[in-house]
Amino acid sequence: MREDPGLYDYWPYEGRPKIAWPGGARVALWVAPNIEFYELDPALNPHRKPWPRPVPDVAGYSTRDYGNRVGHVRMMRLLDKYGVRGSISLSTALCTHHPEIIEMCRERDWEFFSHGIYNTRYTYGMDEAQEREMITDAVETIRRHTGQQCAGYLAPALTHSEITLDLFAEAGGIYTCDLFHDDQPTPVRVRSGKRFVSVPYSLEMNDTIVYVVNKIEPRRYAEMLKANFDRLYAEGAHSGTVMCIPLHAYQVGHPHRLKAFEEALEYITGHPDVWVTTGREIAQHYLEHCYDAAVADIAARGGN
Amino acid sequence: MALDRSYLEYPRRRYGMDHDRYDWSMLTDRSPVQWPGGKRLALWVNVALQFFPLNQQGKPFPPTGGMTTAYPDLRHYTLREYGNRVGIYRFLQAFDRFGVRPTFSVSARLAERYPCLLRRLAARGDEIACHGWHMDATHYGGLDPAAEEALIERSLRTLRSLTGQPVQGWLSPSRSQSANTPDLLAKQGVRYLCDWVNDDMPYGFRTGAGPMVAMPLSLELEDAFIIHGNLHSEKEYAEQVRDAFDFLYAEAAEQGGRMLALSLHPWVLGQPHRIGRLEEVLEYITAHEGVWCAPAGEICAAWQSAAR
Repeated sequence: MREDPGLYDYWPYEGRPKIAWPGGARVALWVAPNIEFYELDPALNPHRKPWPRPVPDVAGYSTRDYGNRVGHVRMMRLLDKYGVRGSISLSTALCTHHPEIIEMCRERDWEFFSHGIYNTRYTYGMDEAQEREMITDAVETIRRHTGQQCAGYLAPALTHSEITLDLFAEAGGIYTCDLFHDDQPTPVRVRSGKRFVSVPYSLEMNDTIVYVVNKIEPRRYAEMLKANFDRLYAEGAHSGTVMCIPLHAYQVGHPHRLKAFEEALEYITGHPDVWVTTGREIAQHYLEHCYDAAVADIAARGGN
Repeated sequence: MALDRSYLEYPRRRYGMDHDRYDWSMLTDRSPVQWPGGKRLALWVNVALQFFPLNQQGKPFPPTGGMTTAYPDLRHYTLREYGNRVGIYRFLQAFDRFGVRPTFSVSARLAERYPCLLRRLAARGDEIACHGWHMDATHYGGLDPAAEEALIERSLRTLRSLTGQPVQGWLSPSRSQSANTPDLLAKQGVRYLCDWVNDDMPYGFRTGAGPMVAMPLSLELEDAFIIHGNLHSEKEYAEQVRDAFDFLYAEAAEQGGRMLALSLHPWVLGQPHRIGRLEEVLEYITAHEGVWCAPAGEICAAWQSAAR
């Protein structure tokens, strides 16, 4: 085990090369619906239990299933209404279980990226060949069902190994959402030396963290989203920032939560200098226009 | 050391669900349901009347809302008793005031212990559903099937004999089931079960003893979940229920009948500082013309005839 993941150098928020988003936007806004499948009775991982209760954990399982049966369409219609294309963090087995959902998202030109096979299969304990097999399976499944080359990664259930990002870059990926160290994209060091970046994916704005971990009421979540946006919008006047709203249809898709969320989404997308985009487009823009200057600046500052 | 090879095998990676209890179906893909009288929203007010034994065993986990201190936990025992002695009578007044027809999910052991309370409920004619034997009699994966069958039989027999009602609805203690629970329930005449929270409408559920109906009793909107679990204020509870109602009422106008399931506990909302918030939301909801307030069994039956 290491003291530090070794993925990036310390790089202060002040004095960085300016990020210019397309159209002079101040904030790149992306919304990342996690479309997940949790198994009722998964194979057991020795390092993490899939459910708090003995199988079948009816409350836990059916709570997640609500997102696919009921919440997804509600969330999708709301994103349609405000002109947002989702960037889907996908349990790729869902392509087989629920192809209807995949088709709806494909028709809308949403992005699909890998969130593993199932959210009940963890990376813990896998050797390199096994993790590579899981990543390849996910990338191939996305290609087969959507025609897209998978660009991004969010590890299943946020379970990682020391080489997760190395393996994903080698499978053709260009960005990760697994790192929460910044409000701007940053270069990420992978063993192959490929050009690979982190695109901010906020846990603080993640509806599951908000509702399940922090137990926040829906109207306060809307206030947090607006405040988060306001500050990133103000700072974005100097250098482009990224705001991510990670969602789960089984959280935000409930009748008592959608109204507050819509209010925040309407507020945010009502501002002129917002680039409403996807994770892939942010990563591509950054790699093309900002990455080299960033690497040079980090090197010039001497790194850690 | 690597994981066992089976960890990268997915035998149930197939179309639909990874089990056979119900079919995969998105709410928006189903035919719109018409409620009786052309109403838009079925309001299901479900009151859990629970007995939490003082000598809790907590097997295989402590029940939701159960004892937490070393024996004897007089604190939690009496706080739960408060609901059955005091809070419930505040509920009954509120229901009568706003024309609410509630469903009572009752621990069979509570019915046996407090015949006076049960007579009061039976005299009202409200529907009684079974909430298991008591809150410490958990149904769970690993429970011996014969023992579970006996537990279900005793619970239903007790409640049916004390109420004179057929008792065809079931809410598991802590909403926990074994893999056999639905089969055993169907075998003993239960028609609907409330534990699965994956929908905003009833849906068809498969068992080894014939079909049942799943009646999803919203957990995320439950009083105990919001107030005790999330520590939201009473005011915020009322706001969330109103927001849920507004949303479903509007959705029903476009997509056909919807159901608002309010899961209530007299030990939570029956407190003097909370009952006013329950009255407030019931007043708000029942003031809408398109609301059909009915017991779970009636909603279930109406859904069955409408969906046929």
